[in-house]
Amino acid sequence: MDTQVMNIIEQTANLEHANIPDETVGDVYVDRPRMTARNVNVFYGDKKAIDNVTLDIAEKQVISFIGPSGCGKSTFLRCLNRMNDTIDICRIEGEIAMDGKNIYAPDVDVVPLRARVGMVFQKPNPFPKSIYDNVAYGPRIHGIATNRAELDDIVESSLERAGLWNEVKDRLLQPGTGLSGGQQQRLCIARTIAVSPEVILMDEPCSALDPIATARIEELIAELSSEFTIVIVTHSMQQAARVSQRTAYFHLGKLVEVGDTEMVFTKPQHEMTNNYITGRFG
Amino acid sequence: MTDPRRDMISPAVAAERVATGLAARRNREKRFQLYGRIAIGIALAFLVTLFVSIFSKGIPGFFQHYVTLEVTLDREKLDPTGDFSVQSLYDGDARGVIRAALYEATGASGRSGRKAAGKLISQGAEQRLRKAVLADPSILDTTQTMTFAVDDDVDSFLRGFIKRETPEKDRRINDKAIGYIDTLVEKGLISFKFSDYLVFGSASRNAEMAGIFGALIGSILTLAVCLVLSFPIGVATAVYLEEFAPKNRITEIIEININNLAAVPSVVFGILGLAIFIGVFGMPRSIPLIGGVVLALMTLPTIIISSRAAIRAVPPSIRDAALGVGASRVQTMLHHVVPLAMPGMLTGTIIGMAQALGETAPLLMIGMVAFIVDVPGSVTDPGTVLPVQIFMWADFAERMFILKTSAAIMVLLAFLIVMNAAAIFIRKKLERRW
Repeated sequence: MDTQVMNIIEQTANLEHANIPDETVGDVYVDRPRMTARNVNVFYGDKKAIDNVTLDIAEKQVISFIGPSGCGKSTFLRCLNRMNDTIDICRIEGEIAMDGKNIYAPDVDVVPLRARVGMVFQKPNPFPKSIYDNVAYGPRIHGIATNRAELDDIVESSLERAGLWNEVKDRLLQPGTGLSGGQQQRLCIARTIAVSPEVILMDEPCSALDPIATARIEELIAELSSEFTIVIVTHSMQQAARVSQRTAYFHLGKLVEVGDTEMVFTKPQHEMTNNYITGRFG
Repeated sequence: MTDPRRDMISPAVAAERVATGLAARRNREKRFQLYGRIAIGIALAFLVTLFVSIFSKGIPGFFQHYVTLEVTLDREKLDPTGDFSVQSLYDGDARGVIRAALYEATGASGRSGRKAAGKLISQGAEQRLRKAVLADPSILDTTQTMTFAVDDDVDSFLRGFIKRETPEKDRRINDKAIGYIDTLVEKGLISFKFSDYLVFGSASRNAEMAGIFGALIGSILTLAVCLVLSFPIGVATAVYLEEFAPKNRITEIIEININNLAAVPSVVFGILGLAIFIGVFGMPRSIPLIGGVVLALMTLPTIIISSRAAIRAVPPSIRDAALGVGASRVQTMLHHVVPLAMPGMLTGTIIGMAQALGETAPLLMIGMVAFIVDVPGSVTDPGTVLPVQIFMWADFAERMFILKTSAAIMVLLAFLIVMNAAAIFIRKKLERRW
């Protein structure tokens, strides 16, 4: 088991002692959900990491997950495209549905699921290949482009929408790992949108970036939200306030409060949310 | 938070205390470096001793003495049937023709004199003469200047290993022979040249004719079989165990056994090869195919263990990235993890192959120690390998075999270096792609 996973498990506090009401405060349901989670429980071995979370993710909207370290927001995010499948001891109960179909149903293939629900990770992780190949990888393995010209188009439009085209158009064949951190993260976003997903999951996409690169990514998220449903995990409450329309506050594996970002940050209904956003803990 | 704070040690006192320990700390550091240097020095000394000893014996082993004779190639004597067939040449008296030339050059006469003179030249001379005739029949019935290897005792005498002062009865060559050798030397007919027998010859009881060509080809064939089997199997096993195998009891048992296999003495693999391939399947002995299979069994654990380490060293973020865009596990493996782990896998393979190249014991068990003169043409021809050839030569008492043993060790080392260099080159090439 790699250390990253160990950390997730380590950070996941033991829920036995959690003194949080079972009911989530706020509007967990929306009118036009893209994905729906119902009574989701996640276990790492014996440890419960997510406790009975019910949440709708609205279409073409940005929802941010906030909460202290180890609260399960990343774990929940990784459930949405079944990235937790790679962790042997991880077990999931409940239902997460997309278009009315449970993505954990036995007949669901994760490959098309992950093509529809793309993911951008905390640390920029371009493949050690050329910029072009990085973006073209997804379309290639899924057979999305039928010919070379189409693939070129996909690469160009993906890089354009990720705001990277002008910076890299003259060096598409150079390694993606040679870019700066912010550029690498935008390359990863380009790689994700190249397969035309419907939902993009972002796991603290700016935590390894400087403020200027962060600002670029945030702008980008705003632009992309017209086309994609975006779920972003962030430690920065300012970021959540800037980029998202809805905010979900997690604490010790439970979804404490969810609602319009403005509401959550100005008039939190739950005391714990209030404590967290006012910086009393976390 | 409101506990009464204890007094802190003042900065001046702290600095003083740090200063008192400083000299000891610095000394410890120096001493540690010294130990390291001594260790490296000892290792280097051993290495130098090894190389000096091998090279001082091995380089002379690449040369041997030859005698140049004016040979009259009498057609009737050499080709009695007259049809110029190989059989006819073998029936002919090549030895007589050479001896005649030798008597002429040394001036040997009388029964005992001729007997002594006849022993001066290698038995390989006749074969060489026949070959020359077969290659160019037009030289028949002419007189040709030809060069033949001298007998290994003569060679030893010329190198000074057999001393003139030794009483005749304790010497391997008698006074008469020494007289003839002196005559040949005076006439300038003896030359000290690069030994073509060593490089192009095969196993022989006659030291002057013995060569490593057969063993070298045997080694190449054996290693080829070993590589073709162990690399794909090893990598596939490592990939499966690391990425796909369910984490359960059976996997655990398999893993433990693979690790244990790496520590099994190599001769055991030889017994296994003997019992299974020769005993059960009834395959012939001494063939590079079985040698390669046995060595592959021995090499597999090394390759598997290092390949797994290489796969584990690939950052998980790459896996996440590939899975995140919807690559299947196999695609993630083949497109990203395996290429990134390839340099590490190759390193393990090089180590395994180097071990296999130097291995003697398991090959003795499957009969590759047999005396085989022919050069193996395929993996199913009987053959031997370099280390076994070295092992066999080291058994002989003749001075020339001792020299050739060292020369063969040098060839083995050179082979190893070429192999490693090739692997490093391939590795660098693969690394550059990323």
